[in-house]
Amino acid sequence: MSVRARGRGDPILAVAAGLATVVLLSFVLLPVAAIFLRTSPARLIAQLHSKVALDALGVSLRTTIIALAAILMLGTPAAYVLATRTKRWTVVMTTLLELPLVLPPAVAGLGLLVAFGRNGLLGRPLRALGLAIPFSETAVILALVFVSLPFFLRQAVASFGAVDPVLLAASRTLGVGAAGTFFRVALPIARPGLSAGAGLAWARALGEFGATLMFAGSLQGRTQTLPVAIFAELAQDFDVAVSISALLVAVSAGLLVAAKLLLRERPLWADTWTGISSSSSVAA
Amino acid sequence: MGGHVDRNLVVEFGRRLRRLDLQVEFALGSETFALVGPSGSGKTSVLRAIAGLDRPASGRIAFDSTTWFDASRAIDLAPEARSVGLVFQEYALFPHLTAAENVAYGLRRHGIGRREARTRVYAMLERFAIRDVAGVRPGSLSGGERQRVALARAVAADPRVLLLDEPLSALDAETKGRISAELAGHLAGLRLPTILVSHDFEDVIGLGDRIAVMEGGRIVQEGGWRELLEAPASSYVAALTGVNYFRGTATARGELTEIRSSEGEAVFVSTEPASGPVGVVVYPWDVALSTQDPSGSARNRLAGPVRRVAGVGNRIRVTVDSRPSIVAEVTEQSRRTLSLGPGVRVIASWKATGTRLVPRVT
Repeated sequence: MSVRARGRGDPILAVAAGLATVVLLSFVLLPVAAIFLRTSPARLIAQLHSKVALDALGVSLRTTIIALAAILMLGTPAAYVLATRTKRWTVVMTTLLELPLVLPPAVAGLGLLVAFGRNGLLGRPLRALGLAIPFSETAVILALVFVSLPFFLRQAVASFGAVDPVLLAASRTLGVGAAGTFFRVALPIARPGLSAGAGLAWARALGEFGATLMFAGSLQGRTQTLPVAIFAELAQDFDVAVSISALLVAVSAGLLVAAKLLLRERPLWADTWTGISSSSSVAA
Repeated sequence: MGGHVDRNLVVEFGRRLRRLDLQVEFALGSETFALVGPSGSGKTSVLRAIAGLDRPASGRIAFDSTTWFDASRAIDLAPEARSVGLVFQEYALFPHLTAAENVAYGLRRHGIGRREARTRVYAMLERFAIRDVAGVRPGSLSGGERQRVALARAVAADPRVLLLDEPLSALDAETKGRISAELAGHLAGLRLPTILVSHDFEDVIGLGDRIAVMEGGRIVQEGGWRELLEAPASSYVAALTGVNYFRGTATARGELTEIRSSEGEAVFVSTEPASGPVGVVVYPWDVALSTQDPSGSARNRLAGPVRRVAGVGNRIRVTVDSRPSIVAEVTEQSRRTLSLGPGVRVIASWKATGTRLVPRVT
């Protein structure tokens, strides 16, 4: 399947593939390197102490974590149901839930605004409840959930779909109900895929810009996330914008590495109830 | 053996599948009931219906006085509410759990304490000789070990009925014989109503007390293996059951193996190496019939009067009342030339290469 496997013994293909890889790698790394080369590390760190950067970091971390929690809590059971039922409507549902994936962020932001805004579809009932969503932290979270949900959902449906239904059946015949089977069989087996999906969703949420700006605005300390702060600082102080970008690169890269490490770790849900978990306790 | 005691499990249901109209009816007590048939004959669907994994359209499934399924009364107990131990074809071991954790899986419910569960898991590991691999994940177990873990897991939860789906088909030919003997030993020890499904008649001879042949969603014939062998009800059953089976004790004699039959004075000769108790399988089409002492290289001989001639197409099955009795398959022409009919004395003979040896427990 891979280029290397297919191209074995074909020097022209090997050279072409090698060249393509080098070109792509340079292309991806160049802008990242440029950000770090633009200012000295000392200045970079100094700029980060600015109120704007710290506020943005706080908003970004807070909103992405809440958004991710909401995505996991709603997305996981939904993905399980969609993956284990093979009805025609599940295909339709999955496609609908993936819609934000192809929606331009500006359209998503506008859509959220006309749905939850003051004069939007739900404007009147929300106002009756004393809720004003646009240009609040809640708006940021809603925007993040909207755009990053499909990244988790796609992966989660695929991961649950890959769990052999016979294993679920086996669990049932062993006296464990549907809920227990979900927690003790489906979830642990799908976990690596779910983690990968969560990592992708988080990365997408962290970088979200368009929908957030349109639906939540750019209020420092309240709705100004890191990407929005970069955009705001671009017109004010270019060096601060570059520093915040560097910060965002560092956080995202850290996230990527953490996700990869998490995937390699042994399953979290090992069934250690009877205390028989390793050979050491059993070896006679 | 087997016990033709009261029938605990009553199964009678109908279910329309895409290519099959499944319609079965049987009952069993503490015995092993084997369902044999080709793939697509509905065997696995029977097991799934009993386990509660599929819902039949009509009929009733009950164990003792508990109804598990009754279409007319809208009763359909969930799989976890029926006491069924199901050993799946590919064993379906949980890949994220060790062998011991797999065995312990079903014990986690009310009424069974942590300590008791632990004791029971160890007893199971001991009983099925998998203690050494207790901490190993299924991915690193051999086929035989996987089967024993699957069996231990199913049995650990104390099921009322044991269901085995193609227990031997995932094994290679070499280990199959040994595992089959092992399995027979375990089943005999468990004394549970057991339904075993297989596409291979030879596999179930040593395992099933009663054998039912399934074809196209129906049980077309039911009985002991000898009954099915002697009088196949259809060409399918004839093809399926085409073996003679004897019990004996093997001793090496130079290049060959001599097997003293447990029944009568017969001594068989085989080219397959073995010693101790063995099962002897001879295919009817390897057996030649003659009215005079045959010349040639056939080292195995059994003489006696013909008891029965049953024709299925051009396959004529002739049962010879020798000790032990043997079934030969001859053509219609041979039947006429030898004028085979009940009472005619014949000599059945076959070569040493036609004596196939399989392991046996009892």
